[in-house]
This record gives sequence, structure tokens and C-alpha cells, in this order.
Amino acid sequence: MIDWAGIAFQILQSVFVVLAAPLLLGWVNQCRAWLQNRRGPGVLRPYFMLWRLFHKEAVIAHHASVLFRATPYVLFGCMWLAAGIVPVLATDLPFAFAADIIALVGIFALARVFIALAAMDIGTSFGGIGARREMLIGFLAEPAMLMTLFTAAFLSGSTALTTIVEALAHREFAIHPSLACAAVAFLMVLLAENARIPVDNPATHLELTMIHEAMILEYSARHLALVEWAAAIKLFAYMTIGVALFAPWGIAEGSDWGALPVAIAAAALKLALAGAGLAALETVSAKFRVFRAPEFLGTAFLLAVLGMLVYFLTNA
Amino acid sequence: MAQQVVNLLATILLIIAFAMLSQRRVLSLIRLFAWQGLALSVSTAIVAYSTGQTHLWASAAVTLVLKVIVLPIVLHKLIDQLNVRWDVETLINVPTTMLVGIGLAIFAFALATPISEMAGTVTRSTLGIALASVLLSFLMMIVRRKAIPQVIGFLAMENGLFFAATSATYGMPLVVELGIALDVLVGTFVFGIFFFHIRETFDSLDIRHMETLKED
Repeated sequence: MIDWAGIAFQILQSVFVVLAAPLLLGWVNQCRAWLQNRRGPGVLRPYFMLWRLFHKEAVIAHHASVLFRATPYVLFGCMWLAAGIVPVLATDLPFAFAADIIALVGIFALARVFIALAAMDIGTSFGGIGARREMLIGFLAEPAMLMTLFTAAFLSGSTALTTIVEALAHREFAIHPSLACAAVAFLMVLLAENARIPVDNPATHLELTMIHEAMILEYSARHLALVEWAAAIKLFAYMTIGVALFAPWGIAEGSDWGALPVAIAAAALKLALAGAGLAALETVSAKFRVFRAPEFLGTAFLLAVLGMLVYFLTNA
Repeated sequence: MAQQVVNLLATILLIIAFAMLSQRRVLSLIRLFAWQGLALSVSTAIVAYSTGQTHLWASAAVTLVLKVIVLPIVLHKLIDQLNVRWDVETLINVPTTMLVGIGLAIFAFALATPISEMAGTVTRSTLGIALASVLLSFLMMIVRRKAIPQVIGFLAMENGLFFAATSATYGMPLVVELGIALDVLVGTFVFGIFFFHIRETFDSLDIRHMETLKED
């Protein structure tokens, strides 16, 4: 017996994620502009940018290999897959059991490997330094991310994200010190993994310290559009993981179509707040030197480990 | 509910202990110390409220006055007079220190779990955290070279001990606590006088110079 309603819900959620991701990015940029006393480009700007990029002619270096051309599609696919696993609107969807949190981190790692290889493929110096820095950040962020997710997994007794969210959403309200530690650690990982401000500056193409932008300098037109879109989906996926773990209230259960409006409203509200918070955080903090990043991520790892230890000590 | 809040405050205490371990600026260290005192005071007050132990109210008040207000002011005055307000200590190997700190925390938790099972208090699960923050303050005193961070480490250690007493046995008798509070206050003044002597003798607050006192 195939669960058609569930599959329909899954497709709806996946499409929702892909379409809403640029909106979240636009919202974050708009909030940041407001906080910096600028008028801002409007929340729909990322859509216009994607539209414009899709209608341009792609320029590719002569000695680019197949890898360079294929990477944008791989990136987009990875991020879409990851976003399909994260319970955004509903738990217990048919696709959610395809991968647990460890595989989820693995999908992000796969995307990272591809973008780093593509950056080095062209052979420019910017691509090289960008790729190396990305791998540096990545190998430090991954353990912290896993530890954070493990803390939540211990609390709920499962490594499947959808089961974790169900367990956390339906327990009675309690303060979990371990989860508080994990939340701070997750925030730090989110900033590092999505090239946000203390670690990387998403708004610059001019600094020698750029990481993500350095890697995608050689991309243009539809390839660039896919890479940017994938980055937006990645931010969206990370934010929804954060929301799902630390504020899971209001999510729909199974493929319950009646709860859909509430779920969409709750998700939109929580993401809007999270985006505004991210913009505020980016406005008040300054970018680190690249060599401070290991210390930053080391602290994230420390907090995540402490969260786990505190869980074992207090059982909460 | 009270237990959950105390657990949360204990976790904050532990995180501040780790933050102190990695903090390079003297000024931020003093600020962290004040925050730690505040967390300690609030958690003591919550324990006092939920268990009805009236003498804990007095301990919470003493902690608040002494560790959140008086000692930070004394330390601020001290660093102003010594002119080390903007001092930045060069810490090598912060990540290694942090890893050693995690090791200490695991050790303390493992050590405290069987002990805390014997205690009958509602706050017994935080004994491990108290022990861990004592050990972390020890570690801070070992890795720091300048005199002022060492003294702050010493004071933070007292915070940890106080918390351990609260979580294991609902605090020491009030007379003992007052005595300790007075000792800490007097100790800080004595340390202050020492700082001036150390600096006069060696032209620096780096206590490595004291190793050269030996005549051989």
C-alpha cells in the first residue's frame, strides 16, 4: 500500500523549500539593510537575480573539466535532498527515513567536496585558497555539528531527525541545559557553514579573506544561479534544522492536511524571526581573521560536548 | 522546575568557567567573574526558595554583594592603579587547554556521579558541575602567567566550592560561609598589595620571574 497522501505532502514540502529559500535569503539581507539604516534591496531581490542569471549566456574557462560543469547540479541536488529530509512542515513523511542525521551531515559534506574540487579545477589562485579554507572550516564544523545533533538524539532516543522532532515537540515543557548548550553550538556551526559574518562575509567579492565567494568566482549565468540557489537552500535547511531541534512547536504530524495552514504559518513565523535574529547578529559582530576560525569552531565543539556531558550528568 | 533552573544555571556556571580559561583580556575576565557570581547567587536563591532553607538566603545575599559588586570593583580599582586595564595576555594553545578542560570535566563528572547518588538534595546532580568548575579554575591558575588572572582563577575556584557546598548539602553553616567570604575579601586585598610588591621588584606582573629568586 503506497501512502499517496504522504508522498504528495513530501513533494509539496520539497517544492515549498526550494521556492521559499531565496525569500529567506532576501529577508535576511533586507533586515540587515534596515539595521544598517539602508533602504535595502527588497525581499524579492534574490528571485530577480536568479531570473537574470538564468537568462545569461554561460562563460566557462577553456580548460574546465566535466567536474566544473557538473558541480552546480550536484550542489543543487544535494541541498534539495537535504532539505527534503529535514522536517519543515510535517514529521513522519515517507522520505524522512531515507537518511538520519549522520547521513544528513554526510550530504552536506558531499556538496562541500564537490564545490571545493570545482574551485580547484580551474586552477586560479582564488579558487585554490577558497577551497582550502572551506575544507578547513568544514572539517572543524562537522564534528561540532554531529555532537550537537547527538545531544538531541540522546534526548529523544533516535538518530532519525523526524523522530527527534516528534519526541521534542510532544514532551511537556522543560528546560534542558544540554539542549541550551547544543543550541549555542549549533548557531556557531550555522554561521560558519553558511559563510555568514564572523567567519566569512557573504556580501563581498573584494576581500582577500573571502571563502565561499572565492570558490565560486569562476561561475557565471545558469551555473552561478544554481550555486547561489543551492547556498540559499543550504541556509534554509540549516535554519529549519535549528528550528526543528530547538523550537519544534506547531509542526504537522504525518500527512495531516488539516494541520498544514498552521504548520506553514508557524514555519514562516519562526523562520522570519530566525532570519531577523541572524541579521541582527551579523550587524553587531565583526568578521574574524581566518586563523581565528579554528578557535571559534573549537568553542562550538566544546559547547556541544559539554551539552552531551551535562545530559549524562543531569539526565535532562 | 526549580531543579531545572538550577541545572541551567549550573551549566552557565560551567560555560563561564570555560570562557575564563580562554579569555585573554583582564577586563573581560573580571566581567566574567562578576557574571559567574551572579549565576551562583541566583541559583543559591532559587535553592533557598524551593527548599525553605532560610540561611541560604543570607548566603545568596552575601554572594551577590561580595562577588558581583565588591570584588569586581576592588579588582577594577586594582587594574587601574597597576595600569594593566587593557592588558592582553598571549595565550598559546587555547584549543589544547580547552581539550584538557573537557578531560577535567569528564573526570569530575565521573567522580561526582557516585557521590551525588548518596546526597539527598534536589540539586545533587549539579555536584559534578561544581567539581568541574573547581578543577577548571585550578587549570586556569596553572596555565596563566600573570598575577591578576591567577587571582581571578583563585576567586572562581571559591565560587565552585561554594556551589559544591550548596548542591551537596544545602550550603555550609552560615558562620563558616561568612568566615570564608571575609577571607576571600581580605585575601583579595592582600593579593593587591602583593601585586604592587611583585611589580616593584620585577617591573612586571609575570610571575615566572619569581622562579629566579633561588640563589644557586
